Amino acid sequence: MLAEALVLSAILFVIGTLGVLVRRNAIIMFLCIELQLNAVNLSFVALARYLGIEGQLYVFFVMTVAAAEAAVGLAIIISIFRHYESVNVENFNLLKW
Amino acid sequence: MSASTLPTVVASVAQGTGSGFDPVLPGLILLLPLLGFALNGALALVSGSRSATALREGREEAGHDSGGRPLTHTLPTWIGPGVMLAAFLLTLVNFVGMLGVELVEPVIRSYWTWMATGALSIEAAIQLDQLSLIMMMVITGVGFLIHVFSVGYMKEDPGYPRYFAYLNLFVFFMLILVMGANFPMMFVGWEGVGLCSYLLIGFWFRDREKADAGKKAFIVNRVGDFGLLVAMFILFAVFGTLDYQGIFEAAPDTLVYGGATVTAVTLFLLLGAAGKSAQVPLYVWLPDAMAGPTPVSALIHAATMVTAGVYLVARSSVLFAMAPVGAAAVATVGAVTALFAATIALKQYDIKKVLAYSTVSQLGFMFMGVGVGAYAAGVFHLMTHAFFKALLFLGAGAVIHSMHHALHATHKDWDAQDMRNMGGLRRFMPATWITMWVATLAIAGIWPFAGFFSKDEIIWYVGTSAPASVLYTVLWGMAIATALLTAFYMTRMMVMTFHGPNRTGADEAKHLHEAPPNMTIPLGILAVLSVFGGWINVPGSVRESFFGGFGFLPMSDWLDRWLEPLTATAYQIRVDQLGAYASTSPVGGGHVLWGAIATGLALAVVIIGARAVASREIRPAVESPEPTGFGKVLHDKWYVDELYDRIIVRPIQALSRACWRWIDQVIIDGTVNAVGSVARGFGWFGSLVQTGQMNTYAFILTLGALVILGVLIL
Amino acid sequence: MTLDFASNADYLWALLPEIVLSAWAMVVLLAGVRRPHETPASPEVMAWLSLAGIAIAAGVNGWLYGVTSTDPTAMITVDGFRLFANWIFLLGAALTILIAPPYVARQRLQAGEFYTLILLGTVGMMFMGGTQNLILLFLALETMSVAAYVLTAYNRRDRRSAEGGLKYFLLGSFSSGFLLYGIALVWGATGSVHLPEIGATVEAGAGFTGLLLAGMALLLIGFAFKVAAVPFHMWTPDVYEGAPSPSTAFMAAAVKAASFIAFVRVFMEAFPALYESWYPIMWWLAALTMVVANVVALSQTNVKRMLAYSSVAHGGYLLVALAAANQMAMAGLLFYLLVYTIMNVGAFGVLMVVSNYGEDRLQVEDYAGFGWTRPLLAVLFTIFLLSLAGFPGTGGFMAKIYLLQGAVDSHLWTLAVLLVLTTVVSYYYYLRVAWFMWMRPAPEGQTPGSYWAPLPLSLALIAGAGIILYLGIFPSGLLDGAMAGAEGLGLVRDTLLGLNP
Repeated sequence: MLAEALVLSAILFVIGTLGVLVRRNAIIMFLCIELQLNAVNLSFVALARYLGIEGQLYVFFVMTVAAAEAAVGLAIIISIFRHYESVNVENFNLLKW
Repeated sequence: MSASTLPTVVASVAQGTGSGFDPVLPGLILLLPLLGFALNGALALVSGSRSATALREGREEAGHDSGGRPLTHTLPTWIGPGVMLAAFLLTLVNFVGMLGVELVEPVIRSYWTWMATGALSIEAAIQLDQLSLIMMMVITGVGFLIHVFSVGYMKEDPGYPRYFAYLNLFVFFMLILVMGANFPMMFVGWEGVGLCSYLLIGFWFRDREKADAGKKAFIVNRVGDFGLLVAMFILFAVFGTLDYQGIFEAAPDTLVYGGATVTAVTLFLLLGAAGKSAQVPLYVWLPDAMAGPTPVSALIHAATMVTAGVYLVARSSVLFAMAPVGAAAVATVGAVTALFAATIALKQYDIKKVLAYSTVSQLGFMFMGVGVGAYAAGVFHLMTHAFFKALLFLGAGAVIHSMHHALHATHKDWDAQDMRNMGGLRRFMPATWITMWVATLAIAGIWPFAGFFSKDEIIWYVGTSAPASVLYTVLWGMAIATALLTAFYMTRMMVMTFHGPNRTGADEAKHLHEAPPNMTIPLGILAVLSVFGGWINVPGSVRESFFGGFGFLPMSDWLDRWLEPLTATAYQIRVDQLGAYASTSPVGGGHVLWGAIATGLALAVVIIGARAVASREIRPAVESPEPTGFGKVLHDKWYVDELYDRIIVRPIQALSRACWRWIDQVIIDGTVNAVGSVARGFGWFGSLVQTGQMNTYAFILTLGALVILGVLIL
Repeated sequence: MTLDFASNADYLWALLPEIVLSAWAMVVLLAGVRRPHETPASPEVMAWLSLAGIAIAAGVNGWLYGVTSTDPTAMITVDGFRLFANWIFLLGAALTILIAPPYVARQRLQAGEFYTLILLGTVGMMFMGGTQNLILLFLALETMSVAAYVLTAYNRRDRRSAEGGLKYFLLGSFSSGFLLYGIALVWGATGSVHLPEIGATVEAGAGFTGLLLAGMALLLIGFAFKVAAVPFHMWTPDVYEGAPSPSTAFMAAAVKAASFIAFVRVFMEAFPALYESWYPIMWWLAALTMVVANVVALSQTNVKRMLAYSSVAHGGYLLVALAAANQMAMAGLLFYLLVYTIMNVGAFGVLMVVSNYGEDRLQVEDYAGFGWTRPLLAVLFTIFLLSLAGFPGTGGFMAKIYLLQGAVDSHLWTLAVLLVLTTVVSYYYYLRVAWFMWMRPAPEGQTPGSYWAPLPLSLALIAGAGIILYLGIFPSGLLDGAMAGAEGLGLVRDTLLGLNP
């Protein structure tokens, strides 16, 4: 049971990673990052069955952090949208080598 | 902090004072130039900001405006040379003090623990011994004269206080270099003098080419620094300390004669020394360094800083004695440099360029000396060279100063440093003329001038090494050839500058004048030293002959004996391993015969050379044809600068550009695109056709992550 | 005072500096609030107010030296490492706050929030240095990072600031994901999130090896991103260039320091037994970082970007300490971070003056003649640059010597030589700026600025340069402190690898 949960979590994490790599929309990229965090949350919950209740507690911490990140992240995305009228990260290449 | 450490100076005498020599305020010798730097630097900042304010208000730069010189320009006149005089007198007191006692162990004054870690403890300590005192005498003595000369030479420069600030700072670091009691202390001085040299070469930064010369010097010196640092590394790994005392005392027992370790150390030290002392292949910066003010060339690029490499080898004589390959490399580099630079000097028209290549060549001689184990002879030549080369540079400075005034007065657009524009200057500047001839005879190696004793001693020692291998015979031949070339190109310079008809132009000639006394007096003092400076190290057999005045002249082999405590170990190693030097000269006779041949040849070259140059018609630079044939190759300095540009500078620039343009944009983007194409081939990521920057970053990040995961888990 | 953490009140004492600073941040936030029609809060006043909070926190941090903790399982430690790290963070924050006001004023940024974010970010850093718990570490790291994201994107009128902020935010949270996953796996493998307990489990050979190694790898990746090790450095130059200069100074100095502190604590306390596994990776990260960053920095003409690459390069030098992993190297790392924080913030401070407290005039050509138009600032800048380059007589030189000493103690010869070689290379791009300042005439028609910079800025720069020079000449005192701070963190590499010394 634990193995399955961990594998599922890993798959979710990889999907999140690939999403960040291939998507161009800043908001979707951010959602993929959220997917990664939630994949980890799944691991925590699954492991909590064997290692103790604190695993479930950690999930709340992670969710809090994710919420804070979402607030800041969306604010930044709005701010950049005002400049570029776009959330496509391909357009944001003022800063480069 | 300096004030608070002074009281502890006297309190914390560390070790090695058993011999009865008690140095007098050695720390103050260091602090005086530093104080001069602080005061002059403050004045320079004030003056700099004032001229900036003046600029802002649309006025001319400060220093010229009101006729009278502002305080920021009159004070450095006293502070700059003043601190040098005080430092010199203090050094003299110590020198005299040391003369009176037989000092076997160096006196080390430790001020505080500079860096202490588990295994490494380095004191901020200075070391007074025979070698460092000789160097200090040269630095403060010649330095003082050059400071005095500068008062006249730089008088009208708006950067006057800044100039003295840099010069004082240079002397401070140079003293650290020679007084430091361990390699890191020396390294501080080593880097510091490099920085000051860089600042002073680019002193007239408004001229783009001159600022570039400073940069060139800086970069080439970095190569040398790397060698020095690696050598220090190995030394620390082997000995666990970086103190001179600890290393040199333990070296004969710890290291294997001719072993890989000591050979590596000496070769890396040689790299460092070659960078600082402008030896092949790192000599290219020194001729360009002549872009700085001429007294700077005299002090830094002739008398003191460039001899740091020779000092380094002499200081590490024990190591070089144990590494025959390293020592042979030093001698070979020296000989090649000496000959090579001398050939270039033959065809230069810029008076300072002649002297610059001559300096490179003479430094080659010193390397030859210390390379064949004649450490005292190398240091001896270092000292005499400081006298006569400083004199030559200052004399050239006086000439340029005068030429500059003359050309400036009539607004003639000619090069004030080109010897083709000079000629016949002896009528206008007799004092400069006479003193420079003294120096020329000295560098040419004519008895009884200083260069005769020091240079021919080196050639002698190279010759006596000849039986050891063919290499030394070749080097000996090169040394003799160089000596003859030296006599020739110096004569050529003197004749072109001071003899024959004047080519400056009739109007301009009216404005040619002798330099003021504060410039000619240092010339006179240096001329005296160039005559008699060689008399302090004359071998016994020579003393009792004509060349020693049959014992009537006050000559002695004092320097050899003076340096003996430092060279004895190295000498003993060489005696044990090589059987050391034969007592007969390479040409079969004794010292006296050799001396006669040498001085006779040199004199002949001077006379023939003078006639040959004088008989040729020389035209001003603008009317002269471009040199052709081999002369052009020499004039263009064997095209070494161009070669370096092609094989080193441009590839590095290209590499750096490639790293960010090619690797990043082609390889990384290409890889991303390729992966994208593959992915599209699978039909997974329909949108992965183009890449934006941020996805590239994420991609690289993930790639790195995969590698790390792979390495750790698999 | 002795804390046994029997009651939760003990945590209040152990966390007093963090608590004080958090509370003070709220004070600053409130003090900066204005109604729309009122004049905005004065940046200078807010700066002095924030500085007062940092001074109090620093005082409390000093008081903590007299406090001992008897419970090794507590989430918060009171050890020398933490306290030394706190000095670095507080110093970095204080210097940033001092250099910021003219920029904040000129760019019309909200002063109250700006300083509040710096203070709260600093609180996050202090937690990172003080905790032994991986979950708390994650929270602390995010506290710091979120503050840094906002600070990067803080200048809303500048699209480059927004772009840098977005890049930093997306990539930063991306890497945080790896870090968090690593924490989860390590917890799964060892059953603990407490660093010494993990260390004990690992040493005993218990736990699931595969999970453990994967978790450690992910932690390594997360930290490698935070400290900007090549190839995880790609975000650094963009973000540092785009961010407002005071934020860049703060990130390049304090944020990087905090990441290193946490990196060291996790790997030294939890995974010393796996040194053999992670050391080659650290070795390669260090080597790659030093070489790539220095080479690329050579071709930069934008000084801010050059300083960004320089900060990556310095990260490479510090990674050498992690690879060496002995007490000397750890002390060297602490010493280096302190010196680096000062000289880096100092360099950015001068950079701000040259760029007119905005984002213009950042090219190296813009420094032409600066030495003659603003001599005092140019002298200070030269000192910072020389120190960054590691010139003898400056703190930067001593810091590099100590790192080298650590590397040599662990027989990492190649890395040591590489460090020297890349340092020699770095001379070029640092001194090129100095060369422009002193050896090029100022362009025609350019009006020189005033002789002095605004008071807080001048104060920070002069104090910074003074400390740098002092540490170059008398480094022993600080090194002793760093050695004490690194007590117990060092490994003996020879025994770990079965090498003969």
